[in-house]
Amino acid sequence: MACFLVPMTEAIITTIAQKVIEKKEKNAGEKTVTSVDGFTMEKTPFSKKLGWLNKMLWGGSALLAFEHVWHGEVVPYFPFLTAAGEGPEAVSEMLHEMGTAGVCMALIVTVVWIGMLLGSKLLEKRALKALPAAK
Amino acid sequence: MTLLVTVFAAAITTSLWYKRQPDGSMKLGILCWMFWGASLMWLIDAIFEYAELGAAYFAPEPADMLNDLFLGLSVIALALIIWIVILLISDPKDVIKAKLLRKKS
Repeated sequence: MACFLVPMTEAIITTIAQKVIEKKEKNAGEKTVTSVDGFTMEKTPFSKKLGWLNKMLWGGSALLAFEHVWHGEVVPYFPFLTAAGEGPEAVSEMLHEMGTAGVCMALIVTVVWIGMLLGSKLLEKRALKALPAAK
Repeated sequence: MTLLVTVFAAAITTSLWYKRQPDGSMKLGILCWMFWGASLMWLIDAIFEYAELGAAYFAPEPADMLNDLFLGLSVIALALIIWIVILLISDPKDVIKAKLLRKKS
């Protein structure tokens, strides 16, 4: 009914967070690691990794929003959500769906992203270990 | 069916993205994130539907399947349009810029 609104709300919050973190990282300066043969390795900043989550949340909720338009659950005129104009029972059902499916959608994307963070950290560690003269 | 179509799209675009690395000028990553994000969300939708319908979830009516396939293809078309717009606006290869600023002899 309107489950995509939950990941979309998370996307708004994480996009703002990304902008703030990006600014902080710029002020702090970039950290690079260089090996003996001149090959420079740079750790992926956290703001960029947060961007992965943003893109998944924005992209996913945009495509899901299209699905809701397809099924007539979202309309281009007020009140935009069909359920909102169908009485309190439909609204309660919509809110229930947002609280269950919507929250689970936001959670699964976030959990997968956390998994990617851990994976990338492991790969970065392994790559740094492989460099003999890493600073 | 929509989930299936999106997962296939995600896997294909991810393999194309991987093949083109480290050249990211085609911005294929955008498509990958979009399709994977939507696939995860539709997976949750499928789990909820399965919890409600049980085994009947895997035996949809042909008309529903066709509608879902049509929706899946439309979703891919929309994602491709979003990607093309982002690609042309960001113009990483300066193709649009070169076309617009071409000097007339």
